[in-house]
Amino acid sequence: MPFLNWTRRGLLMAATAALTLPVLAPGAQAQTPPGVLIVGQIAEPKSLDPAADTAVNDFRILVNLYEGLTRYKSGTLEVEPALAESWTISDDGTEYTFKLRPGVTFHDGTPLNAEAVKFNFDRMLDEAHPYHDTGPFPLAFFFGSVDKTEVVDDMTVKFTLSAPYAPFLSNLAYPTGLIVSPEAVKKDGKDFGRAPVGTGPFKFVEWKSNERVVIDKYEDYWGDKAGLQAVVFRPITDANTRVAEMLAGGIDMMVEVPPTSIGEFRTDAYQIFEEAGPHVWFLILNAKDGPFADKKVRQAANYAINKSAIVNDVLEGTATVAAGPTPPAFGWAYNDSLEPYPYDPEKARALLKEAGAEGAKLTFFVTEGGSGMLDPIPMGTAIQADLEAVGFDVEIQTYEWNTFLGEVNPGLSGKADMAEMAWMTNDPDTLPYLALRTEAWPDKGGFNSGYYSNPEVDKLLDAARTETDQAKRAKLYQQMQTIVQDDAPWVFVANWKQNAVATDRVENFELQPSFLLELKDVTKN
Amino acid sequence: MGSYILKRLVSALPVLLGITVIVFLIMSLIPGDPATAILGSYATPDNVEKLNRDLGLDKPMVTRYFIWLGNMLTGDFGRSFSLNRPVIDEVLERFHATLILAGTSFVLCAVLGILAGTVSAARQYGAADKAITFVVLIGISIPSFFLGMMMILLFAVDLRWLPVSGMYAIYGGGDLPDLIWHLIMPATALAAVATGVVARLSRAAMLEVLRQDYIRTARAKGVPERRVIMGHALRAAMVSIIPVLGLQAGFVLSGAVYIEIVFQWPGIGRMLVDAILKRDLLLVQGGVVFVAACYVLFNIAVDVAQSLLDPRIKT
Repeated sequence: MPFLNWTRRGLLMAATAALTLPVLAPGAQAQTPPGVLIVGQIAEPKSLDPAADTAVNDFRILVNLYEGLTRYKSGTLEVEPALAESWTISDDGTEYTFKLRPGVTFHDGTPLNAEAVKFNFDRMLDEAHPYHDTGPFPLAFFFGSVDKTEVVDDMTVKFTLSAPYAPFLSNLAYPTGLIVSPEAVKKDGKDFGRAPVGTGPFKFVEWKSNERVVIDKYEDYWGDKAGLQAVVFRPITDANTRVAEMLAGGIDMMVEVPPTSIGEFRTDAYQIFEEAGPHVWFLILNAKDGPFADKKVRQAANYAINKSAIVNDVLEGTATVAAGPTPPAFGWAYNDSLEPYPYDPEKARALLKEAGAEGAKLTFFVTEGGSGMLDPIPMGTAIQADLEAVGFDVEIQTYEWNTFLGEVNPGLSGKADMAEMAWMTNDPDTLPYLALRTEAWPDKGGFNSGYYSNPEVDKLLDAARTETDQAKRAKLYQQMQTIVQDDAPWVFVANWKQNAVATDRVENFELQPSFLLELKDVTKN
Repeated sequence: MGSYILKRLVSALPVLLGITVIVFLIMSLIPGDPATAILGSYATPDNVEKLNRDLGLDKPMVTRYFIWLGNMLTGDFGRSFSLNRPVIDEVLERFHATLILAGTSFVLCAVLGILAGTVSAARQYGAADKAITFVVLIGISIPSFFLGMMMILLFAVDLRWLPVSGMYAIYGGGDLPDLIWHLIMPATALAAVATGVVARLSRAAMLEVLRQDYIRTARAKGVPERRVIMGHALRAAMVSIIPVLGLQAGFVLSGAVYIEIVFQWPGIGRMLVDAILKRDLLLVQGGVVFVAACYVLFNIAVDVAQSLLDPRIKT
C-alpha cells in the first residue's frame, strides 16, 4: 500500500515538525522587561494631538506626553497648578492671568512661554489662524467663552472671556487644554498628531499603526522624573483577548476589565484597581407627553427599579447606585445628604394608583453599546422586568449607538417615554447645564431630551456657572441636586467605577477619578 | 487568451463603478453621521454642524460623490478622520496583513483539504476515511471565532506555547520567525472550516473520477497505485476542485474578520468594522472599493486558471 505509507511518513514528518517548533520558537512565554510597562488599551488612538482628540482611550496616552496650565489634584477632580505656577482672576470673573512655570522645555528643546500658550488656543479657536487647518478640533467649544488670549510678558498670559465662566479652570485641566509645541505643529502640520511633542514626563518614540505606541522617559523633565524607562500602549479591541493577554503575561496592565472577567484576577499575582469617576448612567424620562408627564409616575419608576441588583448582579459590582444627577466623584460639589431612591415596589404601585397610571404603556429606547453605556442591553431588560412588576407595560426598542444618539438627542417626544443615557464630564456644570435646563431643550440646541423644566433649577445653574468662589458654587449645585432628585426627570441608576488590572510587578499605580491614566510615578521591577 | 483576459478586465469596470455608487449611498444613508460619532456626548446641533463643515460634509451628496470619485481616479483616497492619516496608507497596510493571514489559511486549506479528500477517497470506508470525515465534520461545524477563543485559552493562556494575539512581538521580534509564530493560531483557526469544505468536495470529486474506465485501465496496466491517484485521478478531479478553491478564497477573506478581531490581527476586516462603527466614511468607502477590486481580479484569475485546465471551457 504505497499511498498510505507515503501518508504515514508525511504524518510522521508533520508531527516531528510540530514538536520541534516550540523549541525553535522565540520565547512566547518570556516576561515583559523591567522598567518597561506594557498597557493593554481598548482601541487604536485616533491622534496624539490633544486638541483633536475626544476619546478617553486617547487621553490615557496624552496625559503622559503633555501637561496643561492646570491639572487635577491626585485622587480628586479639583484643579491645581501645572504649567501655570499661579493665576489671578479679575473681580468680574472674565479675566484670567496665568504666571507660567520657568525652565520648562518641550521635548523638541523649545521653551514653554506665553507665546506658545497663545499659539495653542489661537490654533484651536481662531478660524483665521495659519494652523487652524491642522484640526478639526471637535472639543474646542470647551474654550468657546475665550474672547482673546494675550501675551502680557514672556512668562505671563492673559485670557479674556466673553462672560464669567467658572468651569474654565477645570476645562484647562481637561486633555483638550494640554499644551503642544508650536514649533512641532509648524514643522509637521496635519501630521503633528502622529509625531506629538509636549512637556510631559514621557516623550514620544514611535507609533506603529495597530500595533503599539511607545513613549520614553523624558530626561529633561522639570519635575520629578518618570519612574519607568518606557511605556508601550497596545490596542487590543476585543475584551476577551485583552483578558487572555493579561493572563498569558503579554501585557502588564489593562484597563476596562469586563465585569464578568474581573474574578479571574483575584489572585496574588495581580492587583485590581477601582475608582469611581465623574460618570452617571440614567434613564431620560419624557416629561412632556405620556405617563411620565406626571411627577408621581416618574418617582414611581425611580422606586420600582432595583438599582442595587443592577450594579451588583448585572454589573458585578463595577458600579455604585446613583443618588442624583451629580456623581459623588465631584466631591466638593456633591450633596452628601442625598439618599438614592430605595427599591420599593409597594410605594411605586401606590404612586401609580394615585396618578391613575396603572398599566401605562411605555416605549423604552435601549442601545447596543456606546461610550460609558456599560452593559446597556442586560441593564435595559432588568429595568423592563422591574417596571412590569409594578404594573407598567414596557416595550423595548434597540438601536446601534450612532443611530440611538440620532433618535434620542433630538428629543423623545412622539417617539418614546424613556431612553438609556450615560455621561462622563470633567466639571459638575457640564451635564446639568446641557441636559436639565429649560434652555437646553433639543430645539434650542441642548441635550434635555426629556423636556424637564424647573425655573428654580435654571436659576441655580446659571448662578453656579458665573460664581468663581468654589464654596458658594458648591452650595448652588447641592441645592440643584436636591430639587432635581425630587422632580425625578431621570431614573438615577449607576455611577461607574473604572477598573484596571496590573501584575504584582507594577508599583505606585493609582487610578484617578478623572479616568486619566497618569503613569509618571509608576515603577515596574 | 490575452484578448479574453482583456475582455474580462474591461467588463469589470462597470462592476467597480457600481460598487462605488452602492458603498457611497449606503454610507450616506445609514443613520448617524461622523460628527455625532466623533462628538459622542457633546454632539449638540451647533457642534455637529460646525464639525460637518470642517469635514466637508455640508456639500450635497451628488457633489460629494463626484469629488470622491475624481480624487480616487488621481490616486487620492482622502484622509481617514478616525485615524487621522491617508486612507490609502491604512488600507494598503491593513490589506497586507490580511493577505498574509488569509493567504496562509488559503494555502493550508487547499493543501490539507485536497490531501485529506484524496486519502479519504482512496481508502473509501476505511479507517482513514472515517477518521478524516469525523475531523472534517468537526472543522465545518465549529464557528471559527469560537475555535479561535478556545485555541487561545489552551495554547496561549494555559500551555503558554504560543502568543495570544497581534502580528509581531511587542519588543524584540519583528522578523519572519516572529511573524510565523504569531500566525500559527489565527491561520489554523481561519483555515479549519474551509479545509473541511475542500476535503469533502475533493473526496466526492475523486470518488467520481476513480470510478471512471480509464482509471481501471491504468490499474489493469499495472501503474503503481500512487501514480494512479496522484497522476491520473487527482489531475482530472482538479477541474471540479479549482472552482471550489476560488469560492473558499473568498470565504477565507471574509471569515478573516472574526479571526482578526479575536486575534487582534491588524487586517482590513477589523479596520472596516471599526470604521463603520465610527462612521469613518472615506475609510469605509476606500477600503470596500479596494477589497472589491481585489475580489473581482481574483475571480477573473480563477476563471482564467480553469479555462487553462479544462479545454471544454470556451475563452
